[in-house]
Amino acid sequence: MLFEGIPIEYFLVTSTIMFFVGVFGFITRENIITILMSIELILNSVNINFVVFNRFLFPGQLEGHFFSLFVIAVAAAEAAVAIAIIINIYRRFNTIEVDNVDEMKN
Amino acid sequence: MTNFSYTVFIVLIPFFTFLVLGLFGNKLKAKLSGLIGTTALFVSFMLSILTAYNYFFLSEKVGGAFQKILAFNVVWLRFTENLHVDLGVLLDPISVMMLVVVTTVSFLVHVYSIGYMHGERGFERFFAFLSLFSFSMLGLVSATNIFQMYIFWELVGVSSFLLIGFYYQKPSAVLASKKAFIVTRFADLGFLIGILLLSFNTKTFDFIQLTNPNGPAMLTGAGIGFMGLSVLTWSLILIFIGGAGKSAMFPLHIWLPDAMEGPTPVSALIHAATMVVAGVYLVARLFPIYALAAPAGLHVVAYVGGFSSLFAAVIACTQYDIKRVLAFSTMSQIGYMMLAVGVSGYGGEHGLGFMASMFHLSTHAMFKALLFLGAGAIIHAVHSNFMYDMGGLRKYLPITHITFLIAVLTISGIPPFSGFWSKDEILAATHEFSPVLFYNAVFVAGLTAFYMSRLYFNVFWGNDNRVYHHKPHEAPFTMTIPLMILAFASIFAGFIPFHNFITSDGLPLETHLEWSIAIPSVIIALIGIGIAAVLYRKESELPVKISKSFGMLYRGAFNKFYIDELYFFVTKKIIFAYISRPVAWFDRHIVDGFMNLIAWVANYVSEQIKGFQSGKVQQYGFVFVMGAILLVIVFAYLNKV
Repeated sequence: MLFEGIPIEYFLVTSTIMFFVGVFGFITRENIITILMSIELILNSVNINFVVFNRFLFPGQLEGHFFSLFVIAVAAAEAAVAIAIIINIYRRFNTIEVDNVDEMKN
Repeated sequence: MTNFSYTVFIVLIPFFTFLVLGLFGNKLKAKLSGLIGTTALFVSFMLSILTAYNYFFLSEKVGGAFQKILAFNVVWLRFTENLHVDLGVLLDPISVMMLVVVTTVSFLVHVYSIGYMHGERGFERFFAFLSLFSFSMLGLVSATNIFQMYIFWELVGVSSFLLIGFYYQKPSAVLASKKAFIVTRFADLGFLIGILLLSFNTKTFDFIQLTNPNGPAMLTGAGIGFMGLSVLTWSLILIFIGGAGKSAMFPLHIWLPDAMEGPTPVSALIHAATMVVAGVYLVARLFPIYALAAPAGLHVVAYVGGFSSLFAAVIACTQYDIKRVLAFSTMSQIGYMMLAVGVSGYGGEHGLGFMASMFHLSTHAMFKALLFLGAGAIIHAVHSNFMYDMGGLRKYLPITHITFLIAVLTISGIPPFSGFWSKDEILAATHEFSPVLFYNAVFVAGLTAFYMSRLYFNVFWGNDNRVYHHKPHEAPFTMTIPLMILAFASIFAGFIPFHNFITSDGLPLETHLEWSIAIPSVIIALIGIGIAAVLYRKESELPVKISKSFGMLYRGAFNKFYIDELYFFVTKKIIFAYISRPVAWFDRHIVDGFMNLIAWVANYVSEQIKGFQSGKVQQYGFVFVMGAILLVIVFAYLNKV
């Protein structure tokens, strides 16, 4: 197998780094599209965890795989909706910087 | 035994009129609302006459004395078995007399007002208030207990306030109504404390029990003393303070002259004939307990009354506003009544003063209402309140002139008009009591004749060739007919054998004319009229010269002896400056300051932390992640240990 012999820690470290990169991006970025991309990163790091734990802890079962497929499907739908919203925001405000979209706040 | 339960309608009919006119008055035509008010009062008036006839001629007497009859009574508030406030109608000679007097004057004033208030804004409001006043006054005179009297006492105060301030767009009227309300309210505080003290000591509110000369109320409280007088005496003096406030006795009289800002029919009804004599009625109502258990309290009444009559008469000689002259004259005459009731003893010959006081009360109601209504007709014609705007009016106002002349002669005590008879009884009663008060009263009689004649000559004679902008015209029939009826009453009321009906103990009293008192008093009255005729019959420089020669006295009297200024000094310079201001400062800075501090702290803290709720999801996310990490660290650390 392709990943035969790679210990579980490698996968977990990778997904943890991905997760925190995603969180960092979500918190610091101004651009809505970048924020959306950060969310994808977080989701994908979770997917890796699902698959890895499924593979290492319960090799005979498939729940983890299905769950990650499910997450991918929902993420695709979410991305479609989010991009539709972003397009509308751009038409309305001529910007996609989150700090400038504050009409409801005051 | 005659059934008197219908008397409750005398009181209730004006109340229903008040409700109808008060609620629907603005939907009715002005004329109709006036008619409703007048008709209702006419019904009350007829019922009162019927009651008087039934009571004085048909009701049972015990041992020749009139009995107190509880015509109607309901327990209104029951606190405990013994402590309850009742509402009802009590009939005895003085309350029946007052019912007749109040409804008579009130009915005539209603008729008069239809003419006088014609075309005024708030015509139906005026009649609604008049009905409210009539209801309150009738409830007051027919009170079965002192608490009911207090309730209606306040109600007449309110209606007086409303009617003085009837022209509420005039600042002076608003001020006057406030002044009247505050001064009388202040006096009523004494009344209330007096009621509480009295009923605490006697364990009853009920007039029948309170005034029973053989009852337990006479004995209680006599033993306990405070500053040399018994508690009962103190409570009665406090009650008299309430009466003095309502009756404009010195030094609580300051509201009465200002109350003349109200429409003239109101002055005639409330501030001359009915409400202002409520104080006299109060003392008369509690008379047995005053006379038998607290004679010192009664002497206070006598001296206050005597002084007030002199004080007001002197001021009345110097005033130019005809309504103010009449106001001070009212105060002086009420002083007379107080004096008479104060010098009286209980029962038999000694009760002459009581009878004289009630006699004078009813004759005064007639002739003073006549004077005020006449003054209203004059003001209606000339459009001014001041004597120096008038003169020679006898040619223009013949009916008013004759009726006014009758009233002037009546109040001056010229026989055979009614004022002569009642004043003579008062002088005779005072003569028995104290020579000082007697000479004071005789002197006041002379002054009364003088200032009333001064008013009369200034208005109807004086400068005959005066030119008026509008030619003065006689008042309409609705106004002159009440004048004629009252003039008729003023002439003949003196021949009513009062001493057979209204005495301190209910038994008929033998009276006879004291020639030694009647002749000097008539001579003094004639001298007063004579001086006034010389000074004012024709316009001359003489009055000014004489007033100059009096100097200080004249200026003092003209400015009402600066009593108003004294009150203002005491309230503004002393009470406001040294008590109210510091208290207000404490309230504003210490009490409010503490509350403001709490508000400021809350405000400051929220200002500081409001940044947390920025609406920025990224910031929330950051805090959330940090919190999660913190929790993970905490739990990892805890689990390791």
